[in-house]
Amino acid sequence: MTEHMPPPAQGCRNTPVLKERGQREVFCGLTGIIWLHRKMQDAFFLVVGSRTCAHLLQSAAGVMIFAEPRFATAILEESDLAGLNDAHAELDRTVSELLARRPDIRQLFLVGSCPSEVIKLDLGRAAERLTVEHAPRVRVLNYSGSGIETTFTEGEDACLASMVPVLPKTDARELLVVGALPDVVEDQMLALLDAMGIGPVRLLPARSIDANTAVGSNTKFALVQPFLGETHDALTRRGAAHIAAPFPFGDEGTTAWLRAVADAFDVSDATFAAVTDAPRARARKAIAQASDALTGKSVFFFPDSQLEIPLARFLARECGMLPVEVGSPYIRDALHGPDLDLLPEGPTISEGQDVDKQLDRCLAARPDLTVCGLGLANPLEAQGLSTKWAIELVFTPVHFYEQAGDLAALFARSLKRRAVLDRGASAVAAE
Amino acid sequence: MKLTVWTYEGPPHVGAMRVATAMKGLHYVLHAPQGDTYADLLFTMIERRDHRPPVTYTTFQARDLGADTAGLFRTACQDAYDRFKPEAIIVGASCTAELIQDDPGGLAETMGLPVPVIALELPSYQRKEGFGADETFYQIVRALAGPMERSERVTCNILGGTALGFRHRDDIAEITNLLYELGIEVNVCAPLGATPTDITKMGRAHFNVLLYPETGEAAARHLETTCGQPYTRVVPIGTGATRAFIEEVRTLSGSTAPIDDQGLRQTWWTRSVDSIYLTGKRVFIFGDATHAMAMAKVARDEMGFEVAGLGCYNREFARPMRALAKEFELEPLITDDYLEVERAIEAAQPEMIMGTQMERHIGKRLGIPCAVISSPVHVQDFPARYSPVMGFEGANVLFDTLVHPLVMGLEEHLLHMFREDFEFNDAAGPSHHGGHAPKPVEKAPAPAAEPETAPAGEVVWLHDAERELKKIPFFVRGKARRNTETFAMGQGITEISVDTLYEAKAHYAR
Repeated sequence: MTEHMPPPAQGCRNTPVLKERGQREVFCGLTGIIWLHRKMQDAFFLVVGSRTCAHLLQSAAGVMIFAEPRFATAILEESDLAGLNDAHAELDRTVSELLARRPDIRQLFLVGSCPSEVIKLDLGRAAERLTVEHAPRVRVLNYSGSGIETTFTEGEDACLASMVPVLPKTDARELLVVGALPDVVEDQMLALLDAMGIGPVRLLPARSIDANTAVGSNTKFALVQPFLGETHDALTRRGAAHIAAPFPFGDEGTTAWLRAVADAFDVSDATFAAVTDAPRARARKAIAQASDALTGKSVFFFPDSQLEIPLARFLARECGMLPVEVGSPYIRDALHGPDLDLLPEGPTISEGQDVDKQLDRCLAARPDLTVCGLGLANPLEAQGLSTKWAIELVFTPVHFYEQAGDLAALFARSLKRRAVLDRGASAVAAE
Repeated sequence: MKLTVWTYEGPPHVGAMRVATAMKGLHYVLHAPQGDTYADLLFTMIERRDHRPPVTYTTFQARDLGADTAGLFRTACQDAYDRFKPEAIIVGASCTAELIQDDPGGLAETMGLPVPVIALELPSYQRKEGFGADETFYQIVRALAGPMERSERVTCNILGGTALGFRHRDDIAEITNLLYELGIEVNVCAPLGATPTDITKMGRAHFNVLLYPETGEAAARHLETTCGQPYTRVVPIGTGATRAFIEEVRTLSGSTAPIDDQGLRQTWWTRSVDSIYLTGKRVFIFGDATHAMAMAKVARDEMGFEVAGLGCYNREFARPMRALAKEFELEPLITDDYLEVERAIEAAQPEMIMGTQMERHIGKRLGIPCAVISSPVHVQDFPARYSPVMGFEGANVLFDTLVHPLVMGLEEHLLHMFREDFEFNDAAGPSHHGGHAPKPVEKAPAPAAEPETAPAGEVVWLHDAERELKKIPFFVRGKARRNTETFAMGQGITEISVDTLYEAKAHYAR
């Protein structure tokens, strides 16, 4: 198997980060519910918030809201704001009503929002009280998905971190893989680990509350998503050890991630090669086919999900793109460091946002491809820039070997489409 | 607390955004936490706008709360002015900022900005999107417009068009043309397309055309009081309403110019023989009050449907809705709870629903065709093609919209004739894509011991009657079942036989 290009001499780990504060064009953590509830099949997410929160979930969930989703909003009304005791009684009533209607629910998350945080509604205490009331059938937990505290994917982090303290204790030397992945990707990952003789592998979040996810001082955990800082800290507090690695995007990222896990579990080079050589070759071939349109093109990332740094690393090293600016809502060395090491020096690394200033930088740079949210995408297209809307990268299967080609194709599609339409327009003009 | 999954309306500050985005040269500074920018994508995605909504959010975070959120607001306001140089600014708070009580209006007024600053008070925990739009437009008009000398020629303002409005773009084009034909120029169309400077000139118009009471009525009343401008009460949806609207405009303007209705095809289309089968189709109508009420009249008087249910989600219009429903001998459904709407539709068993995006999905679940006639709507109802619902072309559009979901006359006739045919019976599936290959016939299950219990409870369907019922095409079977049961109960019959079925059919024959 041919090796990857060597890591850059410098990398971006020590690049001074442009830290900005100002208007942020980002989602709040409540949006995490939309993919988390698909993953945790026995969980219900009850947001305690305002009509704005319900409207956000409706707008973000699109057509999904017309299925029977396992999430809802308890909308605060004028009377709830008047006195706090009243609010707790109201919440108890709402939860009883909900659990009576959905007897299949085993885990209930009370999700805090900006309004509930600002009025200091104690959802932690409510969760404890309701756990006692509805034990043993239902476990009630609490986390905040509010915009004042969480940005987009941090909602998943807050949710998983809320589960860590109540996970059973184990002394077994086990691998715990942390981060919600689409089922198909999760299965591929488990098959690869199994083939290397690593097991049993535990998952957080698991598909149901009955899965044997446990944690202890012999647990080693690996993250498959870069936005799990709080969960990382909570697991460390329970004695588990983090396996630092780049994130499993593309051939290189997946191989490096698997290598770090294999090293932690003493897998021989021969076994590792036997398991990974064939899927690596497939991934490289698929990336090569999909990334023609990307080579030599510049790319600009607006902050959104914290996936930006590992994705920029993939696009730069495996698709030949030239990152101009890589914006991330938050950057943590323990999580993003290994990817920053591999990202060739050059781009501005920015943390946080002042959206008007960032738009000025973007328009001045006129990148070939801009990765941004849906509030910015059409306005930038109208200014002649090609965009890739970022939220799709959170919903679509993009991790590990078999999805590497699809991942490159997601970025290439925007550029190909513009080329097709421009060619069509000039053909018409020529007639 | 109210448990909610779907909401017909967003919070009131989204209504204010609809006004700000509709206008030009106006900027909205919204005191709101990080995350509330989600609402931008309603405009950039659903309505496909090619620019960002003119809204600056303070996007405060938890760490700002202990410190100086008021200072954050002032900075955001100053930056927005410096960057966008708007002709006027509106300021307000979203639901969370309402709780921290920074008073954006008071803060902005003390900043000494060289343009009008209009403060909005939008109670997020009591009111909703429609109110937010109406109130915002009213405050802008109140702050900027005043009595003026009337224009020399007869002109009018068009009130109520906003961003994210259902077909507002094309309705306004259609009505503007109609007014031109009547010899009336449009002075200002607002909020859609107007600048704050335009608003200051609204007093020049002779009268106002109020197209959307939900988003323009407060401003219309204000202009009537302060500028002495009367406003139109008829919303020109449907041929009849359009003619009534024209008469109203003639009265207000003195215009006698003839109207060319050559392009109006709806009246002939509804009279052509293929439409006879539309007669008495039972429809359930739900949406915003203006569209629902107008469509009820169109359905009854122009399409020949029977209105089986009528309602709206905006309580502000409960009174006129009740009055109209009384005229239709119906109990109106005034609710913002989609589960209640679903129950009402199930009970009414209509043959078609005219509703919003929510009803489209309820219809899908219940197997009832649906035409979308009101907000909230999704991206497909902001079409590229010209598709007003107002005026004569609007009537043409409505005819097509209301007929497409239904099985047309000839088609329905053929389905009746061949209902036992191996290709056309409803177990055979759709007739294209090879769907008409007969499904493998299952062994007929042994006849269940008679009598078979029906879901209705009190009345029991005998086996033969149940089998006869299955021969009726699926799209009218629900109605036949319900009619027969009602008939049986009315007659004190507890067991429905084939005879009962046909007696009921005769009873309800039209």
